[in-house]
Amino acid sequence: MAEEAGMFTVQQTVGSVLCCKCGIPMAPNAANMCVKCLRSEVDITEGLQKHVIIIHCPECDTYLQPPRTWIKAQLESKELLTFCVKRLKNMNRVRLVHAEFVWTEPHSKRIKVRLRVQKEVLNGAILEQAYVVEYVQQEHMCESCSRVQANPDQWVAAVQLRQHVSHRRTFFYLEQLILKHNAAAHAIKIKQMDQGIDFFFANRSHGMKFVEFICKVAPVRSRNDKQLVSQDTKSNNYNYKYTFSVEISPICREDLICLPPKVALSLGNFGPLVICSKVTNSIALLDPFTLRQCFLDAEQYWRTSFKSLLTSRQLVEYIVLDVELVSSEVNIGGSRCALADAQVARVSDFGKNDLIFSIRTHLGHLLSPGDYALGYDLYSANANDMELDKHKGLVLPEVILIKKSYEEKRQRKRGKPRSWKLKSLNMEVDDTRNRADEEKVNNEYEEFLRDLEENPDIRFNISLYRNRDYQPSEVASVTDGDVPSVPLEELLADLDLSDEEMEDTA
Amino acid sequence: MATRLQFENNCEVGVFSKLTNAYCLVAIGGSENFYSAFETELADVIPVVKTSIAGTRIIGRLCAGNKNGLLVPHNTTDQELQHLRNSLPDQVVVQRIEERLSALGNCIACNDHVALTHTDLDKETEEIIADVLGVEVFRQTIAGNILVGSYCALSNRGGLVHPHTSIEDLDELSTLLQVPLVAGTVNRGSEVIAAGMTVNDWTAFCGSDTTATELSVIESVFKLREAQPSAIVDEMRKSLIDSYV
Repeated sequence: MAEEAGMFTVQQTVGSVLCCKCGIPMAPNAANMCVKCLRSEVDITEGLQKHVIIIHCPECDTYLQPPRTWIKAQLESKELLTFCVKRLKNMNRVRLVHAEFVWTEPHSKRIKVRLRVQKEVLNGAILEQAYVVEYVQQEHMCESCSRVQANPDQWVAAVQLRQHVSHRRTFFYLEQLILKHNAAAHAIKIKQMDQGIDFFFANRSHGMKFVEFICKVAPVRSRNDKQLVSQDTKSNNYNYKYTFSVEISPICREDLICLPPKVALSLGNFGPLVICSKVTNSIALLDPFTLRQCFLDAEQYWRTSFKSLLTSRQLVEYIVLDVELVSSEVNIGGSRCALADAQVARVSDFGKNDLIFSIRTHLGHLLSPGDYALGYDLYSANANDMELDKHKGLVLPEVILIKKSYEEKRQRKRGKPRSWKLKSLNMEVDDTRNRADEEKVNNEYEEFLRDLEENPDIRFNISLYRNRDYQPSEVASVTDGDVPSVPLEELLADLDLSDEEMEDTA
Repeated sequence: MATRLQFENNCEVGVFSKLTNAYCLVAIGGSENFYSAFETELADVIPVVKTSIAGTRIIGRLCAGNKNGLLVPHNTTDQELQHLRNSLPDQVVVQRIEERLSALGNCIACNDHVALTHTDLDKETEEIIADVLGVEVFRQTIAGNILVGSYCALSNRGGLVHPHTSIEDLDELSTLLQVPLVAGTVNRGSEVIAAGMTVNDWTAFCGSDTTATELSVIESVFKLREAQPSAIVDEMRKSLIDSYV
C-alpha cells in the first residue's frame, strides 16, 4: 500500500541474533533459539504412539479396522499407509506433514512408518520432527475366514428340515428364499438329504434363528432336542449338541385335498374337495366349485394334519372342447377366477373314444375351446383316502381342472437357455444316489423354473439374475406367443456373482 | 558485572525495579532477597529505595527516569511521591505527569542524554520529559513495536533492543542515541528486553532464566566488564598519587 501511494519505505534487512542457548548467530525466530537447541529443549513427539499393535488376518491378508471392518491392503501400499496412520492416537495434537514406509522383512510381522510432524512450541515457533512408528502385526483370523476354516463336523446345532412328499419342489423354493434373505449365512455345512435338507451351525443361537426364519415362510412344526456331549461338574459347564427337527406340511400348491369333516365344518362347511392355491406360513385353500377361499395357519393345520388326496404329479392333460361362463371374473385373494361349465376330454383319449366330461371349473377366464389344461382325473382315480369315506353322500366330480397347460407351445422352446438364472446354496449331496434319481431331480427343477415363469406371485419373493450366456434370438421373440416368461426388468444385474462364487468355493 | 536474580520466583526483574546512575527503586516484596541483591551491589554507591507506585509493585513499568529526574504517572499517591522525594538525592527532580498513557516505563526508554518515546504521547508530556530528564526526545518504534520502553534497555554506554529489529533500524536508533546497539534477548529467548533486565552504566540485573550467552551479550554491549563504580575514582586517585609522587 505504501508503495502504491508512492511513499518512501526503508528496506528492512533481517539481522542476526545469537541463539540464547548455544550462542551461534541465527535469524531471529519466535523462540529466539536455534533449531538444534529448540529440538533438545522440547520433544514434540512426546505422548505420540511409537508402538502400535494391529490385527491381521493371515488367510485373506486383511487388517482389522476396529470395531469390525477388515481392510484389504498390500504391504507398502497407499491403503496400508492410510490405515496405519489412522490407527495412531493423539495425532490431533500435531500436524502430520509426511509419512512413508521403512522397509522391513515381509515375514517379520513388523511394519515401520516414518512420520514427519509439526507442532507449535514456545510462543509460536513451529518445530518439525521425524520419528518412526513400529506396528506389530498380530495374527488373528477374521470372522469369515474362521467360518471357512471351521471344522464342519464340529457342529453344535443341526436343523433337519423335512417334507414328506415325493418331490423336492418345496425345497427348490425354500432354497431361493434362504438365499435371498441370506438366512443360512452362519451355516457351516448344508447337506441334502432324502426328503429334506440338513443345516449345521456352530452356535445354538444361529440354529434357532434359522428355525425362526423357516417358521415365517412355511407351515412347519418343529421340536428340538439336546444331547449331552461332555460336562465339567467343577465349573458347572455342560456341552450339548442341539438338534432341531422341522417338518414342513406335505400340502403343496396345486394339491387336491379332501378336508376332514371336522375341518370342513369348522371352516363353515367349506369344501370338502378343495385345491391348495398358495402356501406361505399359512395354507390357502380354494373351493373350485364355489370360489370360496380359506386360510389355515400352521397351528390350525397341524392340529388335524390331513394329507392331500392327489398331488401335482398326478395331473392329467385335458383338451377343452367347450367353455360356458357361469359367473363373471372375480378376484379372490389376489388371483382371478371365473366359474364356468366346460366340456373336456383327456388328451390320451382324444381320437380313441368319445369320452367327454361336462364339468365345472374355476378357470373359465383362462380357457377357451381348443386349449389344453391340467387337471385331476377323479373319474379314473383310485382314491383310498380315509377322509373321503367319512363324508356321507359326497359325489365326486369327474375332473377338477387346476391350470392351463402351455406344454404345446413350450415344446418349441425346449432346450433353449432361459434369459435368467438362479443362485444355488452350496449343498453337499450324497453320492449314493443313482442316475434315475438325478434325472428326476433335474426334471423337477425344470418344472420349478417353469412354475416361476408362470406365476409372478412366486417370483415376487425370490431373486432372479440375468443370465449373461443368454442371447435372445429374434425368431424366438416373434414366435413366443402367449407363453409366460419373466420380464427383463424383474431380473437383477448380478454384478457380484462371480466374486461370491469364488468365496463359496474358497 | 551483570547479576542474575528473581523477584518472588518471577524472572521479569525489570518490571519490579528501576535502576539509574543516581538511584535504584525496588518493589516491596514478600521477602528481602530481591532488595538485598540490589543492596549488596549498589549500597555504597547509590541509594536503593523500596517503594510502590500507585499502590502496585510493577514500578519499573510505571515510572521512567535517569540521573537527572524521575517521572511518575498521575495515579501515584501523594505519600508515595513524598516518600520518593525524601529518599532520592536532592539533585534528582521527581515529577508527577498528567499523561493518559500511565505506564511510563513502557512508553519511554531513556539514558542520561536521549529518550525514545511512544509515538502517541502528549506534546506537554514530551516537553516535561525534555525538561525534567534533561534529554533530547525522539518519537520512535522498535521493530514495529510502539512500546519502546518495553523492547529496549539503554545506558550511556550501549543498548539492547528487540531481536527482530532490522539492521536499518539499528543504524538509525544508534545514530539517534549515539551509543552502540545490538539486537538480543534476555530470559532464555524473551524479546521483552526491559521487562527481563534493568541496567545503568556499570551494572545490570537480569532475570535468572538468562543464559550465559545472553549474559555475555549484555556485558559486552553495555561494557560492564571494565566499568566499575570505583573506576572513575580509581583513575582520579591514580593521578592524585602520581602528583603526590
